[in-house]
Amino acid sequence: MILTNIEVIPGKRVVRHLGLVQGSTVRAKNVGRDIMASLKNIVGGELKGYTELLNEAREEATERMVRQAQVAGANAILNVRFSTSSITQGAAELFAYGTAVVVE
Amino acid sequence: MQTFLAFADLIVFAVLLLVGYIAGRIAEKVHYASIRKREKLFERVTVFSSRFPPTVSQPFQATLVCGSVVVSQDYFKAVAAGLYSIFGGRVRSYESLLDRARRESVLRMKHAAMRKGASMIVNVKFQTSQVPGRGVGAVELIAYGTALRPVA
Repeated sequence: MILTNIEVIPGKRVVRHLGLVQGSTVRAKNVGRDIMASLKNIVGGELKGYTELLNEAREEATERMVRQAQVAGANAILNVRFSTSSITQGAAELFAYGTAVVVE
Repeated sequence: MQTFLAFADLIVFAVLLLVGYIAGRIAEKVHYASIRKREKLFERVTVFSSRFPPTVSQPFQATLVCGSVVVSQDYFKAVAAGLYSIFGGRVRSYESLLDRARRESVLRMKHAAMRKGASMIVNVKFQTSQVPGRGVGAVELIAYGTALRPVA
């Protein structure tokens, strides 16, 4: 599966468009992490736990999108976009979407 | 007793402010030094926000790359921002924080591209989002784009 966030795949020709595919996941962080984060708020710096958490979540959203594309019979996804939105105080939704295509 | 408690509150506030200021300043200095060093290291990977590479004569292999970082404010920055927001104008304490974080996310994206043997990244997009949480002042910055690996 080839993923790009441009409208083409260099060196490949799009044979068929299969429409929009998407993947999303909603993640909550645990209280322990919140406590660590509020301590980190005093000294500042990177919140590595959150970076990892959100990265994992984004990977999962991407994976779900890829699975959907595979089911549709695609071998590439073009114009991939990510979006993050906070649902409530403790949870965020990570969303990935793109256009599934068949390339050769 | 009442006055003592008020006094203790003030001391806690002052200590937090001082710790935040010193730790934050040191962290910022160290981080900027590391950013500058790595920016030199990853110079070979060129980044474009345009959709297509300037020269398309060469065949490329494309992959999506992403870099992200979650940064937290320090206590001093938070208080300073609170003061800035009374008078308005530039919130310098957050400007440097976001600048650092954004450059860090670009560096991580470049690192991912380099590991895949790419020489450039096109169509780079940035996204900033607030990390939800009670009493947590943190933002996530992500940079992503299409990494192009020259095919011999």
